[in-house]
Amino acid sequence: MSRLEKQITETNEQVFTAEFPVIDGEGMAKVEKYAKRLAPWFDGVNATDNTAAHAHASNVASSIAMKMYGLEPIMQVVCRDKNRLAQQADVVGATLHGVENFVALTGDDVTAGDETETRRVFDLDGPQLVRLMASIKNGQYLSGRKIEPAPHMFIGAVENPGAPPFEYRVQRVAKKMAAGAKFFQLQICYHKDRLEKFMQGLEALGLSKRVAILPTIVLISGPRALNFMHSNVPGIDVPDAVIKEVENASDKKEAAYLQTLDFARHALALPGVRGLHVTDFRHDETLERLMTDLGRKARPVNTTKEENAHSLTVS
Amino acid sequence: MPKLLPLIEHVVKGPVWDCQMCGQCVLHSTGMTCPMNCPKTLRNGPCGGVRENGHCEVKPEMKCVWLKGYERSESWPLPKVWKEEFNHLRPPVDNRLKGDSSWINFFTKRDRWVPKGWAKAAEEEQH
Repeated sequence: MSRLEKQITETNEQVFTAEFPVIDGEGMAKVEKYAKRLAPWFDGVNATDNTAAHAHASNVASSIAMKMYGLEPIMQVVCRDKNRLAQQADVVGATLHGVENFVALTGDDVTAGDETETRRVFDLDGPQLVRLMASIKNGQYLSGRKIEPAPHMFIGAVENPGAPPFEYRVQRVAKKMAAGAKFFQLQICYHKDRLEKFMQGLEALGLSKRVAILPTIVLISGPRALNFMHSNVPGIDVPDAVIKEVENASDKKEAAYLQTLDFARHALALPGVRGLHVTDFRHDETLERLMTDLGRKARPVNTTKEENAHSLTVS
Repeated sequence: MPKLLPLIEHVVKGPVWDCQMCGQCVLHSTGMTCPMNCPKTLRNGPCGGVRENGHCEVKPEMKCVWLKGYERSESWPLPKVWKEEFNHLRPPVDNRLKGDSSWINFFTKRDRWVPKGWAKAAEEEQH
């Protein structure tokens, strides 16, 4: 059982996950640097899968590297780039190295990336990918061919509480739960009322009691990032008032931080919210500040490669 | 006959539903809106990229296929069982059926075949 699964299923503690930065040839030095930064604060860290349709070091390779430096990887798998055969190979291949946490996403379209001439695959969709992972967890490829012993897996999914059709998003969580998802990382939502309604919907159906719901918050440096997300990321709408709040402040950087803290506190106070997923675009001291302001305590972790190497083979 | 039927189906369903001849029609359960017109060919609901105006992430000029399907499923006078099926988890597309008549595949139950691992995982989840 992964550390993350244990914490979610066997305790009532809050759960914090984060996004690992993409890796483009900076080598293990970058992995080590960010492992040191993230490991004391987070219960699991996402290895992204060609995020925003840009090619990077792969989800599988990144997950293994993160594990080497003491991080608890959560391997994202998207449907955009690979068919079901390749997806199964990646998941089973990652479990070979002791990766246990997975999160299934449909994935941004190729039009979000820098190689828009690419063929989009989408052989499976998000909920189908969740069930494919559940099948592997049961010890079978999709075909029924056995995987013995069945690998340890903890499967998660995503949902966007801030995109239409709003009422239906709750049903989509139910569908992904039926497919086998045990935790949910939500898309960043700058409409507090939408997140509230979404959580109320989950609560009403008793869904948030059965799975961990982790809304996302994003650490940004100023109004530029808000404007960028609003104009360039389909599915994210940033209300004018939210942008103006940062834009009109005399200290924009500080205002951006305080706004993030406010969104974080708001989300954590909602019934059914188990913790947060944090994306850090600032890469400065505010990550520690945020976690401290939220009452989290850094825990001692070992991020030296040699000490963790054995955990790759013994899981 | 096996060659004629797909042609007839295409002629009938093409202009009305923009049928893509996937050979495993789920139109009745998706608010009479063909999910194969979603640029990501999603069969289980809208992705997270639906724009504020309800339009598609990939084709900003087009309304989200799933938003359309959801609204129709809610408001059109469709049979209750069809509406309930809207939330069902639809299995992965069987690519061998592309171009077939879904009418034949429906009557022979060929369109209800799912991979063994899928069926087993579905069983496990119900327990």
